[in-house]
Amino acid sequence: MTTPDVPDAPEAVRGRPPVTERRLHPVTPLRRAWAPVAVLIGWALHDPDQAQRQLNRLTTTTLLIGIAVLIPAAALYGFLTWWFTHFAVTDSELRIRTGLLFRRTAHIRLERIQAIDVTQPLLARVAGVSKLKLDVIGADKKDELAFLGAGEARALRAELLARAAGFAPETAHEVGEAPARQMLRVPAGVLAVSLLLTGATWGWLLVAGVVVPLLWMATHSLWTVLAAAVPMLGAAGASSVGRYVTEYDWTLAESPDGLRIDHGLLDRAHETVPPGRVQTVRLVEPLLWRRRGWVRVELDVAGSSNSLLLPVAPRELAESVVARVLPGVTVPPREALVPPPRRARWCVPLWWRGYGLAVTDAVFATRHGLLRRSLSLVPHAKVQSVRLVQGPWQRARGVADVHVDTGANKSVTARLRDTAEAAALLHSQAERSRTGRRDALPDRWMS
Amino acid sequence: METGSPHDTGTAATGRPAVADGDEPVWIALPPGLLRMRRLLLGVWLGLLTLATALVPGLLAGPVWAAFALLPLALLLWGWVLLERNWRSWRYAERADDLLISRGVLWREQTVVPYGRMQLVEVTSGPVERHFGLASVQLHTAAAATDATIPGLDPAEAERLRDRLTELGEARSAGL
Repeated sequence: MTTPDVPDAPEAVRGRPPVTERRLHPVTPLRRAWAPVAVLIGWALHDPDQAQRQLNRLTTTTLLIGIAVLIPAAALYGFLTWWFTHFAVTDSELRIRTGLLFRRTAHIRLERIQAIDVTQPLLARVAGVSKLKLDVIGADKKDELAFLGAGEARALRAELLARAAGFAPETAHEVGEAPARQMLRVPAGVLAVSLLLTGATWGWLLVAGVVVPLLWMATHSLWTVLAAAVPMLGAAGASSVGRYVTEYDWTLAESPDGLRIDHGLLDRAHETVPPGRVQTVRLVEPLLWRRRGWVRVELDVAGSSNSLLLPVAPRELAESVVARVLPGVTVPPREALVPPPRRARWCVPLWWRGYGLAVTDAVFATRHGLLRRSLSLVPHAKVQSVRLVQGPWQRARGVADVHVDTGANKSVTARLRDTAEAAALLHSQAERSRTGRRDALPDRWMS
Repeated sequence: METGSPHDTGTAATGRPAVADGDEPVWIALPPGLLRMRRLLLGVWLGLLTLATALVPGLLAGPVWAAFALLPLALLLWGWVLLERNWRSWRYAERADDLLISRGVLWREQTVVPYGRMQLVEVTSGPVERHFGLASVQLHTAAAATDATIPGLDPAEAERLRDRLTELGEARSAGL
């Protein structure tokens, strides 16, 4: 409501409807206001003596002059960058025009959208604004729209999805949000227990518990001990408290526009993955979760940094979610996964037992890991290329690895297969990759 | 040509199947230009090194020290053989729906790229390659892990391959 609409004249000339350019929310310039303060604090912490001396030299007049010059300069810069940033939605593109001295125009094609994220960092939630980011292959951080009013961001997301889905351009901004049906919500208690049962936190705490007393005995220097302890405790905190905060209230919903993933305690994130964008899915089962039958589901979308579908869920539920995410796919049961031949134990002792492969009509599924089991699924339609790799030691044992490459820059590997089987797999997989595409959804999923 | 290939890892050299697996891939080997270029480069650099290691210690410390030159010389001979085996291992086949590339002697790798998945076909030729009349073709798919390069082709063949691959890629285009 606060963003002024600036009609762009030259666009209207060629008989097309005029493209309305819009500006970001007016609080945008403030988002970098903390940076100079942070630099000053960082400098003061880094070199306290020097900072003290400099502070003593400051007189009231210099301070006042400094403030009188710096604050308006920063405000002017912030205002100008905001003033010169525009975005517009056309029938097929999102255009972002930005830059004060170096102009930059990004045109993002809507049918290439892999995912749309609306995120609200804590302070943005207080101010009632959010960030909107389109995940397209090759897009970078500059292509996010930060910030928009919260309501405006939702409306824009709905409009972008409607246009990407292939609704008629005239009606696209009236389609509104597609109705979402909640599939799953992870209870806070289950999440907490699952994180307590994760090895990484305890591992870091254990290392800290051993290293810190040893260091203290060896050096008796408080600073050394702190310098060693803080990163380790930080890592332990990130893998427990940090994950709890981001994965809190994880809600998975389904809509005609694709998957909706909402999560976060302090920073809220709302991700939308349109149908047919998921390249690979992984079911990860840490050792301590096995008794409870829990799994973690990860996914890969090309050009997107989001990689989590479900932080924790019972196995049957997770499998039904996977069946919704990859239509026509059933997760192969454990017995269906064929282990490598016994002679593979000379290549990878012990751990060879963790490997397994199953190829169904819809997916290429491989398993690896003995303690922390992980099952990766790639729909045949998402396979970009297939590679067979065989080292000299593997050749002597008559086994080979088959790699399947996907567009999310992840390769899924079937390790230590029998040579003849691997050669056959190489060709049949390339064949399936080609034919699997035929019944895939079009890029514009509503057309 | 035979360069007296040793039989220590003989399986690798004979492991090149004359009759390809099952159906009809028609394998095309690389032209000898690449081998010539690589051998010349190897000869020039290691030859110079041999000369340097023979002359410098030989003149400064006594003729016995010139024996150091045997090391780069052995390397030169070994590399001479290795280059040929590596060159022989490279081959490619255009099938109806995909391109096959096979390479490697000890670490063998075979790549299959369906034509519909190609995003971009590139022909590159550096100054040295150009001098020897060579060009390489590189295929890119949406997956960065796809490692499909065919080095040392005749420029005309490289262009033919590029045009054919682009044409087939357009006809079967599938995207992500």
